[in-house]
Amino acid sequence: MRNRHQRRVIVGFLAAPLILYTVFVASPYVQAFYIAITDWRGLSAEFDVIGLANFAELFGDPVFWKALGNNLILLITLPLVTIGLALFLAFMLNAAGGPRSGEIRGVRGATFYRVVFFFPYVLSIAIIGVLWMNIYNPINGLLNGGLRAIGLGHVQPSWLGDERLAFWAVLAVLVWNGVGFYVVLFTAGLKAIPASLLEAAVLDGASRSQVFFRITVPLIWENIRTAAVYLGIAALDAFAIVQIMTGGGPNDSTQVGSFYLYQNAFSYGRFGYASAMGVVLFVVTLALSAFTLRATRRERIEF
Amino acid sequence: MAATGARRPRGRSAGPTIAVAQAFLVLWAVVSTVPLIWAVVSSLKSDPEIVADPWSLPEALRWDNFARAWDTASIGTYFGNTVIVVGGGVVLTLLLSAMGAYVFARFDFRVKGVLYYFFIAGMTFPVFMALVPLFFVVQNLGLGNSLPGLILVYAAYSLPFSMFFLVAFFRTLPEEVAEAAKLDGCGEVATFFRVMLPMAKPGLISVGIFNFIGQWNQYLIPLVLVSDDSKFVLSQGLANLAVEQGYAGDRSGLFAGLTIAMAPILIVYVLLQRRIQAGMTAGALK
Repeated sequence: MRNRHQRRVIVGFLAAPLILYTVFVASPYVQAFYIAITDWRGLSAEFDVIGLANFAELFGDPVFWKALGNNLILLITLPLVTIGLALFLAFMLNAAGGPRSGEIRGVRGATFYRVVFFFPYVLSIAIIGVLWMNIYNPINGLLNGGLRAIGLGHVQPSWLGDERLAFWAVLAVLVWNGVGFYVVLFTAGLKAIPASLLEAAVLDGASRSQVFFRITVPLIWENIRTAAVYLGIAALDAFAIVQIMTGGGPNDSTQVGSFYLYQNAFSYGRFGYASAMGVVLFVVTLALSAFTLRATRRERIEF
Repeated sequence: MAATGARRPRGRSAGPTIAVAQAFLVLWAVVSTVPLIWAVVSSLKSDPEIVADPWSLPEALRWDNFARAWDTASIGTYFGNTVIVVGGGVVLTLLLSAMGAYVFARFDFRVKGVLYYFFIAGMTFPVFMALVPLFFVVQNLGLGNSLPGLILVYAAYSLPFSMFFLVAFFRTLPEEVAEAAKLDGCGEVATFFRVMLPMAKPGLISVGIFNFIGQWNQYLIPLVLVSDDSKFVLSQGLANLAVEQGYAGDRSGLFAGLTIAMAPILIVYVLLQRRIQAGMTAGALK
């Protein structure tokens, strides 16, 4: 009696979320594998299963390799720069002044900084793309205008139009977007470190950098690891910024997997090929996150 | 600054001096805010002013830029669409994920483990992998180019994380309260809506804020699913405008549109910053 009633509740409560999730999330992921082995171009229902031909073509596609290469450079540089900067700022925010009567004081205005640093992170990545496209504008952009204002009128780079600069300009926007979030994340970790630990280290004669690298960093290692995984996922995506700011150019210098996939599907109508790309990117993502989690595993330090 | 530095405790310290720290913090605060302030200031300038000197202040405040962006550039329509989609999306996400999470947290049944991991798996896959099939699923259901279609898809992709978060939250709620409600003659459904949901309010608020910001900022999904520009959402409409304006040349209107798009989310954030930071980092801290 009670059991039957309970079963009705379980089914009743789970049915709607389960259907929605299956239709719009699970089934597309499964279908991606099937579409990937077809030559479907989307316009008609007709297509042939062509086996692994899409994958073979993909491995010979120089643009895809270029895109994958850019994703890999992002995968290394984006976490490195963002985490470095965020750790540095979080450390400044929290540990400045040092231990004093057994208590770590934050700097004056710490709350204000935390709020302001977070601004770029709450904005839509698309809006950030539009904003920075204008900042980088060679004529009426903030950057070149600034260079002119300080007498560097002869240095007027075409930030997004120059093959050597565009990629780094994109990276800079991604860093700008993310740092504030990780400052907040690391701040939460730093706050949890007992002041007595740092104080003891200082009394034992540890230098500032020793305290930072030998004590602080290991103690918030879990947070750093989380940050690395999140930023890795962002580096493998980077879609909105690339699509809005550069369209993958100039000369594919900012091309990334997600945008090349989108172009193939929705500009060239090559749905089979695009799905094959999705499958490859998925496998790469999975392998890399497994690798990151393994490579960064350390004894968890209890305190 | 020097005075603050002088108050430092004698001897060595674990951190940098306050003056050095302050200098770096101010620098990053400037880097974080100047681009935003620049967009707002530019939105009040005329086009020739913007081109002549990007760093100048407006001669006169051109509020008509905003009127033009809102009407002519359709930012008003995009704004309305976004409010409808995100409103519907967040409510649907909360309702469905709370119902699902409640079942996972409180009942035992045979396929529970399998179903739970089925849902949670959705957190690990990048959306762009499913882009092509998703487009056709939505088309085939007749939901392409429609706001209800976007609401359903937003909710579906928000479910894994929301449910994951709420299951953990429901587990922390005391079992006795639900039992007591049932003894008082409440059915399971009434217990859920009248007793458990109100108790879960803090968790629902965190998940709600997280999804509000995520869905408000969504770009890839509407870009793929909506091509009719009367159904565009804000981020999509603005990006589209930026590409067009690059040639059409209403720069001040574009900056006004940017300001309209940035302002609400920044205002909501400043008002609720503590909760929002907690809500957004909750996922990372587990």
